[in-house]
Amino acid sequence: MTKLLRLGFFAIVIRTLMVLVLGLNVRGREKLPAKGPAIILANHNSHLDTLSLMSLFPLSSLDSIKPVAALDYFLSSKPFAWFALNIIGILPINRKGGGNPLAGSIEALQNGDILILFPEGSRGLPEEMSEFKRGAELLCKMNPQVPVYPAFMHGLGKALPKGTWLLVPFILDIFIGEPFTYQDVGKKFMTRLQDDVQALADQGNFPAWE
Amino acid sequence: MTLAGMAAWFNVAQPVLITVLAIYGLLIIASLITWWLNVRSGGKLAELTARVKSWWVMITVFALAVFISQGLSAIFLGLISYLALKEYFSMIPTRRVDRSVLFWAYLAVPIQYWWAYTDWYGMFVVFIPVWMFLFTPVAMVLLGETKGFLRAVGTMSWGQMMMVFALSHTAHLLYSGDKIETPAGGAGLLLFLVFCTQFNDVMQYVWGKLTGKHKIVPTVSPNKTWQGFIGGLLSTMLLSFLIAPYLTPMSGLVAALAGGMIALSGFLGDITLSALKRDLGAKDTGALIPGHGGILDRVDSLTIAAPVFVHFMRYFYY
Repeated sequence: MTKLLRLGFFAIVIRTLMVLVLGLNVRGREKLPAKGPAIILANHNSHLDTLSLMSLFPLSSLDSIKPVAALDYFLSSKPFAWFALNIIGILPINRKGGGNPLAGSIEALQNGDILILFPEGSRGLPEEMSEFKRGAELLCKMNPQVPVYPAFMHGLGKALPKGTWLLVPFILDIFIGEPFTYQDVGKKFMTRLQDDVQALADQGNFPAWE
Repeated sequence: MTLAGMAAWFNVAQPVLITVLAIYGLLIIASLITWWLNVRSGGKLAELTARVKSWWVMITVFALAVFISQGLSAIFLGLISYLALKEYFSMIPTRRVDRSVLFWAYLAVPIQYWWAYTDWYGMFVVFIPVWMFLFTPVAMVLLGETKGFLRAVGTMSWGQMMMVFALSHTAHLLYSGDKIETPAGGAGLLLFLVFCTQFNDVMQYVWGKLTGKHKIVPTVSPNKTWQGFIGGLLSTMLLSFLIAPYLTPMSGLVAALAGGMIALSGFLGDITLSALKRDLGAKDTGALIPGHGGILDRVDSLTIAAPVFVHFMRYFYY
């Protein structure tokens, strides 16, 4: 039942939202992996970032796409937690409790899943990139052969920024970059990632948003 | 099934059905030519092929929207305005503080199409030029941010006029046309306008590619040539001369002149939106329609052609 709800949610609600209400302009969609294990690393502007990235994959692979999200934020209220875990299908990480917070992610990669991570941590100021944190690097270091896909997103910070629930339609740009692995780049991982995402951002011609 | 039976089944006038079938006939010819050109060039015309393919989709969607029900047509035409407005707002510089004002601008779309649908002409014709025009700036004033005020008012008002007000004239034609003496009702008038406008776009392109030499406005749109423009104009006048007697109250010389007027105003709409794109440094307004760009790239000609044709019709035939 929940599975059906989830499929319906992505097939109808999310498709309509992404294609008709907002509109997607995707570059490099063909680069996205058909199968895991893989890690997608993107900048973070809005609640809808996760859903918009997930909408780029075919519905048949929905079960293997796992957005990694902080447990404490998403599990703050019961209905919200149910929605996040069962409908969106997040992979919760525990930032505060004991144990290895990355254990769940490593297991998912071993199962051949595709993880979505936002190395900026929080959504921050809309349409401004903040510095990437080390958590993502750590995960990649522990899985050095898993390909990493840099992604840049623009538009959702205008459509649905932090602190508001009023959705104002804007076309959403998603640029996917060339994949690389931790093994390829080693210690320069963070610089490489940040440079790649910045290079993708520079491809766009975005109007001012003051 | 006979043509009359089919027309009755779709609940449209017979000339409308025949015109749509004729458009499909043209499309089959265009597809064959494109296919042949593509084979001859060794598959180098991918964009042209995509463009012709998109025409199949667009014409089918348009025909279904006009055929299935009156209410659906209003929703379909309103959706075109909405998508065009969204492409516009996504392209231009906007202010964070104006998010709620942008939201109200979007809400004006269904309201404006409601006036068209209910054929309340007085409200239709003042809602955006008077009420939205006056109260959009007021909403911005109440938000209290004066920096960039004039630019925001200007860009937002122009966008509402072009993408909502001007384009909604298509819906006005559809819902007001049934009241006048015309052979195929409002649907016939709308089909005539859209067919002529789009045909002119294609013919301008074809004549321009074949014979184009002297540029008209090189700083705005380097692909537009006098040869393309005149070729499109004459082709559209001929088309209008042939089809207007079946779809509109016009015939003969008047029909040809109306076709010329649509061709000229369509061209002006096209280059006006080109100037916008050039100013903003964008090639296309979006990526919704493969081979064409955004929806605004496809309906740009209608922004001027639709109001000009509507008011020409109102002056002489209403």
